[in-house]
Amino acid sequence: MKNRTKLPNIYLGVILALMYVPILLVIVYSFNESKISSVWGGFSLKWYEELFRDKALFQALGNSVFLGLASAFNAGVIGTLGAYGMTKLHLRSKGLIEYISTLPIMIPEIILGMVFMAFFSLVGIPFGMGTLVLAHTAFCIPYVFMLVKARLVGMDPSLAEAALDLGASPRQVFCGITLPLVSPAIFSGMLLAFAMSIDDVIISVFVTGVNTSTLPVKIYTQLKTGVTPKVNALCTLLFLATLALCGLAAFLGRAPKPPGGKGRG
Amino acid sequence: MGKPKRKTAGAGALAALPLYVFALVFVLGPLIYMVALSFMTRAEAWGVVPEATLKNYADIFQPVYLETFWESIKLAVVSTLLVIAIGYPFGYFMAKLTAKWKKRTMLLLMIPFWTSSLIRLYGWIIIFRAGGVFDSCLMALHITEEPLKMLYTYPAVVVGMAYALAPFMIFAVYSSAEKLDFSLVEAARDLGATPWQAFRTVSFKLTLPGLLSGVVLTFVPSMGLFFIADILGGNKVVLVGNLIQEQLMKAHNWPFAAALSVALLALTTLILFLYRKLSGASDLEGLV
Repeated sequence: MKNRTKLPNIYLGVILALMYVPILLVIVYSFNESKISSVWGGFSLKWYEELFRDKALFQALGNSVFLGLASAFNAGVIGTLGAYGMTKLHLRSKGLIEYISTLPIMIPEIILGMVFMAFFSLVGIPFGMGTLVLAHTAFCIPYVFMLVKARLVGMDPSLAEAALDLGASPRQVFCGITLPLVSPAIFSGMLLAFAMSIDDVIISVFVTGVNTSTLPVKIYTQLKTGVTPKVNALCTLLFLATLALCGLAAFLGRAPKPPGGKGRG
Repeated sequence: MGKPKRKTAGAGALAALPLYVFALVFVLGPLIYMVALSFMTRAEAWGVVPEATLKNYADIFQPVYLETFWESIKLAVVSTLLVIAIGYPFGYFMAKLTAKWKKRTMLLLMIPFWTSSLIRLYGWIIIFRAGGVFDSCLMALHITEEPLKMLYTYPAVVVGMAYALAPFMIFAVYSSAEKLDFSLVEAARDLGATPWQAFRTVSFKLTLPGLLSGVVLTFVPSMGLFFIADILGGNKVVLVGNLIQEQLMKAHNWPFAAALSVALLALTTLILFLYRKLSGASDLEGLV
């Protein structure tokens, strides 16, 4: 009996370990003195020094962070208000709009990229940060919308009704009761949206401008054209940032959840 | 009671307005334009002429493009099978862990999942490159004498796809298996079922929604992830995604790119439709 329960755990452990192998290799080779990554030329920090001298890469990083924050913020506002409004509306178009607004995560990204590129050039919006934020907001909204909606559905409606009966205005109810109750879902949705935005290559490739290259787009071009260990160094730093974010998310996830919600966030 | 309800309905309409506007202008609008574009004629030098034509769709049926679609579907099927082989047992076993270990495993899964897909892709370049880690390991173990030079081959692309998409399958199967009442499996065993029978008739049936959802979440993106095919496959593996990108960025044939996108979208819709028919669910399990 004991043996049979061990085997699955070994399987889990092996697969998890395999998932980390590519990432660890990138990190190990960032400390490689040699420029050719198939040869180990000894420990060195020189690629980190070179990295910090590369202004273009840091500008791309800045672009990516700004883009991620702006899109997550937009998605947070539009998605939350939308999910809230939808529960109050009884229009025939409701289901359709819900379907349309979640389309961006259902259809292949390549189509979304093509569609935005064609549309923006039709309407005449110059390619740059503006188009990037618009396109990223479009695929960030579904994450917030779906999580907040799930949370609202699981919420006890009598809370809001009680407040209304006691004379609160709809805005007071929204700000004082609904918003605090769904805030964990908003936060998870925005975090997910930020992660998706900052990692996106496909859509960004299509809607980026000349001077607004994001970090993934820049790394993608380098991986295609020939890459120096400088990119390893950059990837290592990015991985550390990911670790910090995951740690933060795990830490916040441990915080006590407000009652009433059943959201899966 | 009637009055506050109307009041909230008004506020609701106001709150939903930005979503309505955004969905109509920036999602539906561009999609409609794509469909329109696919029926337009390509201009001599640059851009499009609004002259209705079916030529772009006829072009898809040229053998070279049909082959691309076929290759994409084949690659998607192979990647999905590999993802099922890795992800299904993982999600299933994970659901059997204690609460504490579930949490830990989830965190360990989230870290690579949240790590930039390009970093992970780069790792595979290091592994597969001629004389790289993979070759060195195999040669050290005397499995092969010559370097295999896996980079820029079909298997490299499959591995890259499976690696990128396996977490989606794991999450989908896990969220379904977590709801599974394992005492049902025990009951089947007590009533004389073999472990395999118990799994097939109870566990598998009850985790099928998660598995199906995972298949959709793997199959659909794998046809569009052009950068994985691009980087790990060189120019040897051309997917529909690569073709669309090429037609847009290099050939500047936007109407044809639009027609290809419409065809890919139709294929995706068909898969989602089949999923709904098969599972009877309207939402994908474990999507967020």
